Amino acid sequence: MADVAIVSAGQSVFTRSCGESIRELAFEAFKEALEGLDITTGDIDASIICSAPEYDKQRSPAGLISEYLELTPKPSFYVETVCSSSSTGLRVAWSLVKSGLHKMVAVIGFQKMSELSSRDAAERMGRGADIIWESPFGLTMPAGYAMYAQAHMDKYGTTEEHLAKVRVKNSHYGATNPKATYRKELSLEDILNSEVITSPLKKFDCCANADGSSCIIVARGDVAKGITDKPIWIVGLGAATDTMTMAGRELLTGLKCAQEAARQAYKMARLKPQDIDVAEVHDCFTVSEILAYEDLGFAKPGEGVGLIEDKETYADGTIPVNVDGGLLSKGHPIGATGGSQIRTIVRQLRGEATEAQVKGAEIGLVHNIGGIGQYGNVTILRR
Amino acid sequence: MGFENFGTVSFTAEAKVADFITYLEQGKVMATRCPKCGVSYFPPKADCPSCLSGEVEWFEVKGKGKLATYTIVNYGPSGFEDDAPYILALGEFEGGIQILARLSKDIAPNDIKAGMSLVVSSVKRPDGRIAYEFKKG
Ligand SMILES: CC(C)(COP(=O)(O)OP(=O)(O)OC[C@H]1O[C@@H](n2cnc3c(N)ncnc32)[C@H](O)[C@@H]1OP(=O)(O)O)[C@@H](O)C(=O)NCCC(=O)NCCS
Ligand SMILES: [Zn+2]
Repeated sequence: MADVAIVSAGQSVFTRSCGESIRELAFEAFKEALEGLDITTGDIDASIICSAPEYDKQRSPAGLISEYLELTPKPSFYVETVCSSSSTGLRVAWSLVKSGLHKMVAVIGFQKMSELSSRDAAERMGRGADIIWESPFGLTMPAGYAMYAQAHMDKYGTTEEHLAKVRVKNSHYGATNPKATYRKELSLEDILNSEVITSPLKKFDCCANADGSSCIIVARGDVAKGITDKPIWIVGLGAATDTMTMAGRELLTGLKCAQEAARQAYKMARLKPQDIDVAEVHDCFTVSEILAYEDLGFAKPGEGVGLIEDKETYADGTIPVNVDGGLLSKGHPIGATGGSQIRTIVRQLRGEATEAQVKGAEIGLVHNIGGIGQYGNVTILRR
Repeated sequence: MGFENFGTVSFTAEAKVADFITYLEQGKVMATRCPKCGVSYFPPKADCPSCLSGEVEWFEVKGKGKLATYTIVNYGPSGFEDDAPYILALGEFEGGIQILARLSKDIAPNDIKAGMSLVVSSVKRPDGRIAYEFKKG
């Protein structure tokens, strides 16, 4: 039996504009995570604060948030892999607990994006590419993924309609998620008729910028069992990094960082893709979800669209994916996203996902990618 | 001179590989190679982490490449709004060199096809800034 567990997971409501400060935003996820547990802030041995810099002005947010949550004088530090920061935070928390250094660690992800216009946010994200060689051309996150989409279409005959079907599914589940920014079902036509942002991706193929926070409490197995009768075990962890430059990418029809992270996570968990009952994947764009099906081994390369065509990734399909609405519906507050995905899987494995519970889910997977296919993180959880 | 005039918006100027810009001003798009390991680099690197040598040599990216993938960007981030729509593309060249650049405005969107033949060349913008772009090869 694995010996590091998640005892609790919380998140704020994700919204376009939260109207509060980042410390208060972080508190919302912390509150949901700690509520009902017989522990206090004093039981938390360390906190890992996860976000991407430059969306708000605060430098070194770990110090600020640990003070507000009254986690001082325990160690607190900052971890960043842009959009996958909180999955990286979970990885670090696992190591801190597994090594025996700490018994209980809080992983707190946050992002307040509403202080910037969408174009300014796109400029910040554009500088998440190589600022000497590629950002000066106007490379953006959607543009990078659009190039993967185009390559997938050219090689495998994937269509814009296939991509739109991912959003149809995710908007269907987003409509039932009280934490999601967008709770409206979208039709195929709505999506196909939305304005082109960067071909072939349209507005509704894209996740929206949002404000939000997440909090995961990780503990040593014996400690976890004393706190909850439903510990969720961390059984597989995988992480890999691809080149920052698009010029360095060897594959344009899949994410190598995700493939490698998945390989590691399956190996560590001694599980196969077919063993996964429910998955959360990084659908920052519709195409990203199709790539994830293939990179995670749910479908062979080029055959990912079959899963969405046959509705196999709906809650009653063979491999339910993003049945909380995904980033596409929830919004994508960069540093909070991984923690939100983990929270969804924790709720699924506990049978507490009131919105769309996958029956009898025992094993869940989280796929969280930072940057344009740059930082790959795959986590496998088990009840 | 460094990278201060490179692309639409440059974010930093200094680099050991700033000779790239001198060559670019002469109309040449250059890559580097480690003479010891034989590995070539684009974007150019001044250092070889395999053999720790800093003695890399420059060579010109010549000949025809192929369009690997592209996107027509309608939504420009701050600083790039006036350029939109612009086309970002990845081109594959001989020796495993891959380059991200814009497609020349001379290429009509309807003519763009995966695998089409490309050349890379320097381009001077009316505002005096410099970059490289892909033209039909
Ligand atoms: C697609 C994008 C350019 C849209 O630009 P925007 O300026 O934020 O949105 P607009 O002002 O054009 O749209 C306004 C309305 O359209 C709708 N809308 C916009 N994006 C939407 C989305 N993705 N889903 C659903 N509705 C959306 C909303 O109704 C919104 O109104 P609201 O602000 O009151 O919620 C922007 O969302 C974007 O850049 N997304 C990608 C973010 C990204 O790259 N993240 C990192 C991924 S790895
Ligand atoms: Zn060398």
